[in-house]
Amino acid sequence: MEDTLLVDWSRAQFALTALYHWLFVPLTLGLSFIIAIMETIYVKTGNIVWKEITKFWMTLFAINFAIGLATGIIMEFEFGTNWSNYSWIVGDIFGAPLAIEGIMAFFMESTFFAIMFFGWDKVSKKMHLISTWLVAIGSNLSALWILVANGWMQHPTGMKFNVDTARFEMESFWDVVFNPTAYSKFLHTIGSGYVMGSLFVVGISAYYLLKNKDVVKAKKSIVVGATFGLITSMFLILSGDESAHQVAQHQPVKLAAMEGLYHGHERASIVAIGQLNPEKEIGDHTPEFTWSLEVPYALSILGFHDMNAFVPGINELVYGDKEKGIEPAKDKIAKGKIAIEALKNYKAAKKIKEDGKAQEYLATFREYEQYFGYGYLKDEKDIIPNVAITFYSFHVMVGLGSWFLALFFFILYFSMINKLESKRLLLWSALYSIPLGYVAGEMGWIVAEVGRQPWAIQDMLPVGMATSQLSVGAVQLTFWMFATIFTALLIAEVKIMFTQVKKGMEEH
Amino acid sequence: MFELLTYQQYWWFLVALLGGLFAFMTFVQGGQTLLNTLAKNEDEKSIIIASLGRKWELTFTTLVMFGGALFAAFPLLYAVSFGGAYFVWMAILFCFIVQAVSYEYRLKPNNFLGQKTYEVFLFINGSVGIILIGVALGTFYTGGNFIKNDMNLSSWVNPSYGLEAILNPFNVALGMSIFFISRTQASLYFINNIEHKEIVARAKKQLRVDASLFLAFFILTAVMLLLLSGVEYNNDTFKVVENKFLQNLLELPLLIITLLLGVLLVLYALYITLMKDSDKGIWFFGIGTIVTITTILSLIGFNNTAIYPSLVDLGSSLTIENSSGSLYTLEVMSIVSLAVPMVITYIFFVWRSMDKEKITEDEVLSDSHHY
Repeated sequence: MEDTLLVDWSRAQFALTALYHWLFVPLTLGLSFIIAIMETIYVKTGNIVWKEITKFWMTLFAINFAIGLATGIIMEFEFGTNWSNYSWIVGDIFGAPLAIEGIMAFFMESTFFAIMFFGWDKVSKKMHLISTWLVAIGSNLSALWILVANGWMQHPTGMKFNVDTARFEMESFWDVVFNPTAYSKFLHTIGSGYVMGSLFVVGISAYYLLKNKDVVKAKKSIVVGATFGLITSMFLILSGDESAHQVAQHQPVKLAAMEGLYHGHERASIVAIGQLNPEKEIGDHTPEFTWSLEVPYALSILGFHDMNAFVPGINELVYGDKEKGIEPAKDKIAKGKIAIEALKNYKAAKKIKEDGKAQEYLATFREYEQYFGYGYLKDEKDIIPNVAITFYSFHVMVGLGSWFLALFFFILYFSMINKLESKRLLLWSALYSIPLGYVAGEMGWIVAEVGRQPWAIQDMLPVGMATSQLSVGAVQLTFWMFATIFTALLIAEVKIMFTQVKKGMEEH
Repeated sequence: MFELLTYQQYWWFLVALLGGLFAFMTFVQGGQTLLNTLAKNEDEKSIIIASLGRKWELTFTTLVMFGGALFAAFPLLYAVSFGGAYFVWMAILFCFIVQAVSYEYRLKPNNFLGQKTYEVFLFINGSVGIILIGVALGTFYTGGNFIKNDMNLSSWVNPSYGLEAILNPFNVALGMSIFFISRTQASLYFINNIEHKEIVARAKKQLRVDASLFLAFFILTAVMLLLLSGVEYNNDTFKVVENKFLQNLLELPLLIITLLLGVLLVLYALYITLMKDSDKGIWFFGIGTIVTITTILSLIGFNNTAIYPSLVDLGSSLTIENSSGSLYTLEVMSIVSLAVPMVITYIFFVWRSMDKEKITEDEVLSDSHHY
């Protein structure tokens, strides 16, 4: 009970930090490029209005950037403070991208940030522009390395288990760096950041148009924002398709949960919209949905790029399907326990220098090594993440992503024919889509991380094995401490941001 | 290319160097604690905040890099210390969270918590945050209450999860030394960076106070360190050795030279500032700090010394050998570390271009983006 509570509170604390952090990072990723584009227009045209526009968005960028840093520092150190077993067991692989992120991205961001904000009169126009671009590139490089690390957690590759040190060790840096899951995650994640940045610029500019304030600057901003948003929304959808393809290849349980698919079959459809049957249990024969609207073949195509492909459901993944070559989870757990026992015996034999015996145990361990993580699970149903959270998060994310594409299209279209100011409903929709952008981003991470449960490292290390050995009270205390401070800072950020926006674009 | 031990030593040196660089960059934190001492009105506060505000992110990033390097190169040390001395590290993190927003939010209208609160946050970061970092680093010399099992999984046996480190006199002395280094450097930095008669005059006056306290705490810490027992290892066996760090110093003459060099640079910086009215003291003091702290951190990583002794089970003590990443990972990371000179070069050029002229009151107050 104590152990379960500790795992739950450790997860809650990490989730709290990650969800707060992700409220600020997407805007940094997207707005930094939009600002760089605006400043480029200023440098190219020499039009001072573009400089004022750039400075206005920079002010909002800085307010957001500061709190992103505040929440970001916790993320790195929480791997050590709350997930110390994890830090040891996979630190040899996971630590490297984090350190490279520091060397290659953080310093670039923080160094050129000073010029971007305080260097207008201290360096040449070109140097200033380069600095703004370097802040944007630095922010995105930072995302690259952390997503290489996260991609590895979703689809571990390029490593081996060292029985003497009892940890996974890196065997191929390039396999880790060029892990296809990492790249699809990176592209999809920065894509969502670009869309968020665009929604922010378009929404706030729409507010000015509705209030008939700073109209010229708002119109210019909205064209840049909507163009960037339209292009990146399409990119987001394409990268999402690749991301789902990677999930189908390496995390079939997550895919099944994303789609509420209990009974696997060929030519599987996607549920465009629907309500999960709350009475549904794994292994029973009740319907999966109380109602649903489906797109035929779409899941087979999305997951395997083949409309006839078989997509396994939760039942097959738990209970196995001989015909389809799916092993029951129960068997995997049993083999995992053999691997754990063999490793324990190997270590004991080595200690008393019985090398012959040690080699026998080692051979057994190697035979069942791939099931090692399963040995720590208690029940076959433990391999299934929370289906409702994963399903609804995924569908809300996809629905909102589609809406954003349409929004950018109409905004840009009416801007081009110079009729945007009369489309008040569209302008209000743009304004209220800003919070929806945040919702979509958070939902995306919930799909990625809740959908990966019970694993910290997919199929290798369950979260229950990864925590620090702390008391529940210690983690509860820091959880509430961080919840309080993050909430207070979020309120401060929102109030400051609202006030700055209300001041208008002239005063920046 | 090289033996594993060579990489382990190289990476301990890099960690020590990052520690040294961080100690130098703490002039930002020291400056935060001097805000109300050196500034007598809101405009003067803005000048000081503007001066520090262009550097605080570099300090922040150096700390993050220090953590990242520890994680990548010595994952077991990272896991045991952070996961065990939990409350100390969490308190440090808390102090840095509140710093990150304070520069930007302090003067912004409708900032929810009020200007005073953000200034208190800056003070907490500069005082409690820095002293606790010293305490946490001190545990690398004095040890922690942890055990590790055959699978290298660790647990802390003291329910105060690291808070007990605050009761260790050496840890506290080290924390106070770094605190007064940060304040001394802050005054030197302001003298170099700000064009404002009154602020500079107050900084010079304050420098005498902080430099005296720094020297007192530094001498105390150095004496305690040389008298401290350390843990020596030979393969898997560990033993406590009296005056281990003195012994390390005597057996590693290069460290004697760098220690003396660091101390001389620090004293020279104080001499030219206080006696010759120079404004270049920060550079000599800064380099002196980097060299001295790198030397002091190097004392635990070499000569078969445990980098994190266990106070409850000597055999669980951590060394650069049993806590490091694998040979392959250290090789990869070492190649990546070749990018560090490039990073230092662009930081140097940006710093120079931003600071080629001192900050003036007019400049700060006419800038709509000033903190």
